[in-house]
Amino acid sequence: MTQPQLPKGQSIEEKQYLVRFKADTQSHLHVLSSDVCATQCPDKLCTIFCPAEVYKWEEVRMHVGYEGCHECGSCRIGCPYENIKWEYPKGGHGIIFRLG
Amino acid sequence: MAEKFDVIVVGAGPAGTACAYTLAKAGVNVLLIERGEYPGSKNVMGGVLYRKMMDDIIPEFYKEAPVERHIVEQRFMMLDQESAVTFSYKGLEWDQEPYNNFTVLRAKFDQWFADQAVKQGALLINETVVRECIVENGKVVGVRTDRPEGDLYADVVVLADGVNSLLAKSLGFHKEFRPDEVALAVMEVLKLDKKIIEDRFSLEGNQGCTFEIFGDSTKGVLGTAWLYTNKDSVNIGVGAMLSGLIKHKMKPYELLDYVKNHPVLRPYIQGCEQQEYLAHLIPEGGYHSMPRVVGNGVIVVGDAAQLVNAIHREGSNMAMASGVMAADTIIQARELGGDFSERGLDNYRVNLLNSFVGQDLKKYKDATHHFEKFPHYFDKYIPMMNRAASQMFTIDGTPKREKQKKIWNDLGSAGEKFRMARDLFQAWRVMK
Repeated sequence: MTQPQLPKGQSIEEKQYLVRFKADTQSHLHVLSSDVCATQCPDKLCTIFCPAEVYKWEEVRMHVGYEGCHECGSCRIGCPYENIKWEYPKGGHGIIFRLG
Repeated sequence: MAEKFDVIVVGAGPAGTACAYTLAKAGVNVLLIERGEYPGSKNVMGGVLYRKMMDDIIPEFYKEAPVERHIVEQRFMMLDQESAVTFSYKGLEWDQEPYNNFTVLRAKFDQWFADQAVKQGALLINETVVRECIVENGKVVGVRTDRPEGDLYADVVVLADGVNSLLAKSLGFHKEFRPDEVALAVMEVLKLDKKIIEDRFSLEGNQGCTFEIFGDSTKGVLGTAWLYTNKDSVNIGVGAMLSGLIKHKMKPYELLDYVKNHPVLRPYIQGCEQQEYLAHLIPEGGYHSMPRVVGNGVIVVGDAAQLVNAIHREGSNMAMASGVMAADTIIQARELGGDFSERGLDNYRVNLLNSFVGQDLKKYKDATHHFEKFPHYFDKYIPMMNRAASQMFTIDGTPKREKQKKIWNDLGSAGEKFRMARDLFQAWRVMK
């Protein structure tokens, strides 16, 4: 089955701009080994399915923009190599939904 | 000495708050711990709250609670790329008390609900993460929070920590979930004038309408999209199995933009203003994914116990029912002399499985798995249904019998027709 082509909509940055975050000074997400990403994961799947585009591959390492994380847990479950250590941010920190 | 409570409830969502409310009302000393700035600040729901289970806890809650609209119409759209076959039920019996269901915005509703538990005497602590359960001699005796000197003790700990269910996992009650056991949902809240909502969705006053959208809305991945009316906003979202998103290398927010820009759906949200973007997981594994729900000194409720009926988009009602059942079990165990071992609390498990929660999860135990395994229900039969409708309703001088023949031929070869009949039978079997 071919990959469905979706039209380009609004950027994820614009969506993220609508959300309130209270970022901690430390990341609650840790990629355990960039080597695993580099050598075993050609598609860098977390950079695709993360709903907040927290993960960005930067040539040799995975950049983790934890400040914009929705704390959904997809990356922890979806990483085929169980290569992401995932915790909740410190109490009161992280995403703060106002509505939905 | 560290503080001790009768019961500690971890997580102030519908399950945890329902449990804390019921316990506090019975005079039990209960602590409710929430990791967010306020209850609801980490919570997301498409938006439908069923009246019954909430009404059992707080009768006529809808007169006070921040509900958005009471639903009088539920539409089901079978979407193709430029068309839709729609079924709908609109019932004015839902337009009067006690109502059937409501749309809610969770950040508002959960705060209100937790406030009611506090009014009953529960102690609520926000901005506190429970990092682990404290286990002594094989029994959960308390929780370790991320506060300084943050150990807290209780006779029973109720885990209502949501879909990720990290605490039950750390106790060995379940393994890490697989991508085919969870759906990733993304949603936007769009501000829209009250009057415009009423006109576009044919509503009067505080009536509300829900759309469940199948087919092209998830581009062949198992899932649904939805469009729900709030007072002066609408929620539009799409949820798809994480395994499907991974397999098709699909970005969830691009799928949401696809839904928002779909020619059939676009007119409903035209001219809106975006208010919030939200992502969350939904436990979809059902009965087969349920963890162990009772241990020595510990009970698991709500999403943490994977109590979601994905077929009927029910979750918060099951969460509330489970929270109440946990509370009732604890109250009973206290009256019987305080046996909070696994055996002493086992009534919760028995009652849960015998209730509508357990029965419905069991009824649909193979449904998600079946539809995930056979995607053609969505990417083949729904387009087929749309072509048939178009053929039948387009008046072009072709006699109807000839049109029927065309539709019949469109179903494919004899082999394909046989396969379709078999698929429909299988679908009936997993849903019956």
